[in-house]
Amino acid sequence: MASVKIKALHKRFGPVHAVRGIDLDIPDGEFTVLVGPSGCGKSTLLRTIAGLEDADDGDIEIGGEVVNYMRPRDRDVAMVFQDYALYPHMTVFGNISLSLRARRVAKPEIDRRVRQAAGMLGIEPLLGRYPRQLSGGQRQRVAIGRAIVRNPRVFLFDEPLSNLDAQLRDEMRGEIKRLHQEIAATMIYVTHDQIEAMTLADRIVLLREGQIEQQGPPLDLFERPATQFVGGFLGSPKMNFLTGRLERGADGACIDLGEGAPKLALPRGRDPMAADGAGLILGLRPEHIERVAAGPPAEGLVRVEATIELIQPTGSRSYATFRLAGQAVIAELQAHDVSRPGERISVAINLWRAALFDPATRKAL
Amino acid sequence: MAAYSGGWRSGRRNFGAGAARFLVIGLFVIFVLAPLYWVVITSIKPSSDYLTVPPVWFPAQPTIVHYTAALFSYRGLQGLLNSLIVASASTVLSAAMGTMMAYSLARFNTGGQHLAFWVLSQRFLPPVAIVLPLFLLFRGWGLYDTHFGLIVAYTFMTLPLSVWMMYAYFRQLPKSLEEAALVDGLSRWQAFRMVAVPLAAPGIAATAVFVFIAIWTEFFFALILTSRYAFTLPTVFRAFLGFQGAQYGEACALATTSLVPSIILGILVQRHLVRGLTLGALRG
Repeated sequence: MASVKIKALHKRFGPVHAVRGIDLDIPDGEFTVLVGPSGCGKSTLLRTIAGLEDADDGDIEIGGEVVNYMRPRDRDVAMVFQDYALYPHMTVFGNISLSLRARRVAKPEIDRRVRQAAGMLGIEPLLGRYPRQLSGGQRQRVAIGRAIVRNPRVFLFDEPLSNLDAQLRDEMRGEIKRLHQEIAATMIYVTHDQIEAMTLADRIVLLREGQIEQQGPPLDLFERPATQFVGGFLGSPKMNFLTGRLERGADGACIDLGEGAPKLALPRGRDPMAADGAGLILGLRPEHIERVAAGPPAEGLVRVEATIELIQPTGSRSYATFRLAGQAVIAELQAHDVSRPGERISVAINLWRAALFDPATRKAL
Repeated sequence: MAAYSGGWRSGRRNFGAGAARFLVIGLFVIFVLAPLYWVVITSIKPSSDYLTVPPVWFPAQPTIVHYTAALFSYRGLQGLLNSLIVASASTVLSAAMGTMMAYSLARFNTGGQHLAFWVLSQRFLPPVAIVLPLFLLFRGWGLYDTHFGLIVAYTFMTLPLSVWMMYAYFRQLPKSLEEAALVDGLSRWQAFRMVAVPLAAPGIAATAVFVFIAIWTEFFFALILTSRYAFTLPTVFRAFLGFQGAQYGEACALATTSLVPSIILGILVQRHLVRGLTLGALRG
């Protein structure tokens, strides 16, 4: 168990500057998820922590000790790879025990620890099999078993679930979360899947082009995105972005989206730090739009008339597309709120929960 | 695959295609085996049966006299032993060093882009250009006509082949297995020995067979670099072409004998050989 500190880390691959000055402080026992689109540097960052890549600049500390020049084997970290990386010529027992054998741990001790790790993951009956005789989920468990048997200071996961089918992925995700609760180790987990990030993380670190875009508890990032990029990356279906203009009047501020849409009056307390007439981007999550009956809406909610163009039912909910001042908006409605395209309904937009971004800097207002 | 294996089982319609296939394969087998048969048969024919018309397909009185002559009078047995010693030792050295060099080239990009090609370029020189300088050096160093000298020469001669075969092999082995081993706490050497080498075993087997056969059949270097003591099997054949005509029986007897080790080796590593030659096909 150990904390991980990263200071001003840089990593280049020839002309590609993959990691650009990352500072990160991961306390002991935290589950941190590095998330971002492909090519954002998250895997490189993880591999640099593992020692599989050398840092070009900056420091990596594990348990208060700078490990930049340590070989991977001396860093005492364990890693689970995307393609499992099981040794095909060894049995499950051989795979899990290799690290202990390399350290010349006594045989009975190896046996005890392998069985304990296998027991935790429910793969004890498989110890005599070869990787090719295992299913995808079983292989993943073996890969995790190989990591936990060593009792390392830090666990690293590099997109461990992306080769599994959807159902198994859900199951293994729960398994990994349970594992973290049981052994309370420091875990750093890389994924491009925002649902994995949201469900697993104590803290999400969202990376973009080699830099940290925002970090914090999952719900903080979800509800208060610091930039338009964060707002768009987290959440499914995606946050709607509408361009408009701020208008200040006698009774407060409102957003003018242009022809064909009512002015959206902002509730007090959501008044952004921007001048009258300034351009802005309104970020609306689909679940913050709901169907309402006639009558004046509550404070902070704005009622608009919507002509539904497209309906995508998912069962309990339906995604409905309509236009607001010519800009497409997706709303997440109850399944029976809409029945057919072309229907006209009243929806309320919850401006308490909407995000506002500066169109120039793309940062939250 | 189904079309192949189903050929003669799947009914009348495919019978014609199946028969044609058998015919083609049969002709090819005859084409390959007929000379071999002739060599083996000639080795047990009495001398009077060699060049008769019509040919003798199987001798009425088989004899082993050519074998005893080739192996003992002409020192074929000594040549066979020398060849076994030299070829085995060189193969082990060449495959081992080639594997390590190839690993270094494939994983650490040692020597940039050029070292790997430089290794291969060693084979661009015609052997005749190297053999005389080598002969002079070997004389000076006391390596002339020794097993050790020939082992050294063959090891370096076949090293480019080993390096390039193993280079291709290591490049298609996924890196992440060795990375997993490194993070698991193995040293580079342990990762090489315990993970990379076992996974590369089919490639190593295929490489060893190629190297062994290349050395087993090599004539020119052996001719120049040895004389009475360390001579190899191929050089013994010279003796059968003399002033008084060719000793067909002895030549064929020795040729038959010389096939035996290659065939044994081929059977031993056949399974690996096929996998090693289809380089990309390995996925556990």
